[in-house]
Amino acid sequence: MRHSARIQVGPVRFRIGSDWRAPIAAIEALYADYPRDDARPADATVRLFAARPWRRWLRPSVHIGGDFVVPDALPLPLAMGLLAAEMGMNLQVALGWRRHLLLHASAVARDGRAVILSGESGSGKSTLAALLGEGDWRLMGDEFTLIDPASGDALAFPRVVSLKNEAIAEMTARVDAARMGPLLVGTPKGDIRHLVPRADAIAAMHVPARPALILFPRFGGEAAIEPMGEGEAFVRLTEASTNYTALGEAGFAALARLVRGTPAFGISYPDSATGMALVERLWAETAR
Amino acid sequence: MSAVRTLVDLLAGRADAATLAPRDWDGVISVARAEAMLATLAHHLRDTGLPPAVAALFADQRAAARVAQAQALWEVEMARRALAPQGIEFVLLKGAAYAAAGLSCSEGRQIGDLDILVQALDVRRAENALLNAGWEWVKSDPYDDFYYREHMHELPPLIHSVRDRMIDVHHTILPLTHRKTPDALALVGDAVATVDGYAVLCPEDMAVHCAAHMIADGDLQGGLRNLWDFHCLTRDFASADPGYWGKLDGRAAMHGLRGAAHRSARLARDIYGAVLPPGWDRHDPADLWFRRRLLARDDWGRQTDFLLQQAFYIRSHWMRMPPLMLAKHLWTKWRKGHNPASRGTSSS
Amino acid sequence: MPDRAYRAAPADALRVEALGDLTAIFDRRSMQTHLVIAPMPEILAAMGGDACGADAIAARLAGEFDLDGEGDVAAIVADRLAELAAMGLVAEA
Repeated sequence: MRHSARIQVGPVRFRIGSDWRAPIAAIEALYADYPRDDARPADATVRLFAARPWRRWLRPSVHIGGDFVVPDALPLPLAMGLLAAEMGMNLQVALGWRRHLLLHASAVARDGRAVILSGESGSGKSTLAALLGEGDWRLMGDEFTLIDPASGDALAFPRVVSLKNEAIAEMTARVDAARMGPLLVGTPKGDIRHLVPRADAIAAMHVPARPALILFPRFGGEAAIEPMGEGEAFVRLTEASTNYTALGEAGFAALARLVRGTPAFGISYPDSATGMALVERLWAETAR
Repeated sequence: MSAVRTLVDLLAGRADAATLAPRDWDGVISVARAEAMLATLAHHLRDTGLPPAVAALFADQRAAARVAQAQALWEVEMARRALAPQGIEFVLLKGAAYAAAGLSCSEGRQIGDLDILVQALDVRRAENALLNAGWEWVKSDPYDDFYYREHMHELPPLIHSVRDRMIDVHHTILPLTHRKTPDALALVGDAVATVDGYAVLCPEDMAVHCAAHMIADGDLQGGLRNLWDFHCLTRDFASADPGYWGKLDGRAAMHGLRGAAHRSARLARDIYGAVLPPGWDRHDPADLWFRRRLLARDDWGRQTDFLLQQAFYIRSHWMRMPPLMLAKHLWTKWRKGHNPASRGTSSS
Repeated sequence: MPDRAYRAAPADALRVEALGDLTAIFDRRSMQTHLVIAPMPEILAAMGGDACGADAIAARLAGEFDLDGEGDVAAIVADRLAELAAMGLVAEA
């Protein structure tokens, strides 16, 4: 393709090709400080392309392709090319990665031990992890957490954090503007702005952490903590995994081991400060 | 050299994996994925000197293929549990058959829907038995349903309500409207049993069906994988039985598919280095277009040669249907916004 | 209704993990995970390698767990057996 970039996030090496320069330039700027090994072939390929040659210039719209595609995915305007690249990368990992059990979860770590936050979009898991990652925690990832079937460890996937709507102002007030990407207004997911994780989180992206706590956050309502049984945690994490079925017994064993060895709780919180306080409290009281 | 050329050279043994540069692997991996052959390649190159990152990716692919294959064979067993008590015999086709029979082309092979062949007189009973055992109709529009039942060689696909897996029940191996009419009775009558007691086509019919699926029925989507099947099948069968090619020739002629079998053999020779006996080892200028269609992928895994794709799409329909019906069918499809260029690559 | 005989999956085909109130059963043949509650795991265990029907299983369970009202137990076991058959964990013998 005309323009391309290679980046590495955690264990996954991407090759991103594009019919336009702009999305590649945006990706390269955000991932400039990530460790890279250019001698290593790519695990996954993302393609950003125009459906017809003239659509590169005329009302340019970016189609998301790659090794794995969603058949009826709608294209994005060129101004949102960065979002298209990010969505393409997520798609390749979600549908193609087989080495580890993939959880749709954010994670932070301290002293080599990880807190895994699993929840649907809108649960606040991403914002909570990003905020914790600005404090005493290492951000492991805001979207995917990988579980190594061999060791049971959690592996980081610290892609640039995708901040949405209210979370944008919350983070912009706290971090150096140099770590923020361009503001993307009115995307299909609302307003989006990317945040480059702290340098220590990026430098430690290959360092595994032992799962110590599994949380299922829910944004809104009174502050509450609800212990969760092993069976329910197992069911919810299979639902949060895009490759559980594809891994067969390795996935089953990894997940059974994870929920047996790691205390799990549902938490509700009305605001980020309360959410962070609940995480700290559970960490102090129960994390193994 | 282009990535797709490198891929087929690796499979044919013409290229040495150790000599590839890291950048070469990017394209080979993408193209192999697009052709649903990455795990096949991973098996083929398992003991060669690979860069560690490629070796790790290939190990992932082999493990995932083992899981996927077990899942596919479980569907076979579930079909047996649904059909056997009703006394309905069925023959496995394509990927599930290769895996059930432990054939070399099944190593790492992706298996899509379960394809089975039953005798025409058993079709209705098979449909009922499957519906009673948890399969249900895939919701489709009335035109598609009508089209399947009137003109195709299979029931409209059924999907299992819990396991979410599709089964295609065939009663012959080419559409009823196709200008070639294979002998369906002979296909079932001469089927052979695997060690686990499943029926599969006899070696000659298996290769004939593979060729028919690729050349006579298909638009060559996923053609490299089907051609690899044909190459492995004929190579292994011929090494076990020196008279195999002769028998294949006669059997293909009986089914009216001699041209498809011969073309497949020549393409397997040209692309995967198959060694053909006299009588098969010929040349046909038209093969060039098939080779071009099979190798039409760029280093990013994208299909190239759009006009050639369209030509093959229309050709595959031409072979399936008389011209007037074809015009009607394409009109109905296109009016509904069907776009042949965007169809998925998996054709099981 | 006649007492239909079933045979359980061979023990080495299954990996069984108790997870609190639930039992997760991984079937190596189908690569599927089944989450079940009592008395499913107990029924599978009681069947062993034999072909047996609901009555026989109910009798074995009654011996082990000191159950009352055996007639009802057999009916419940027959229902559960049909469910286990749909999951593929038992097959008609």
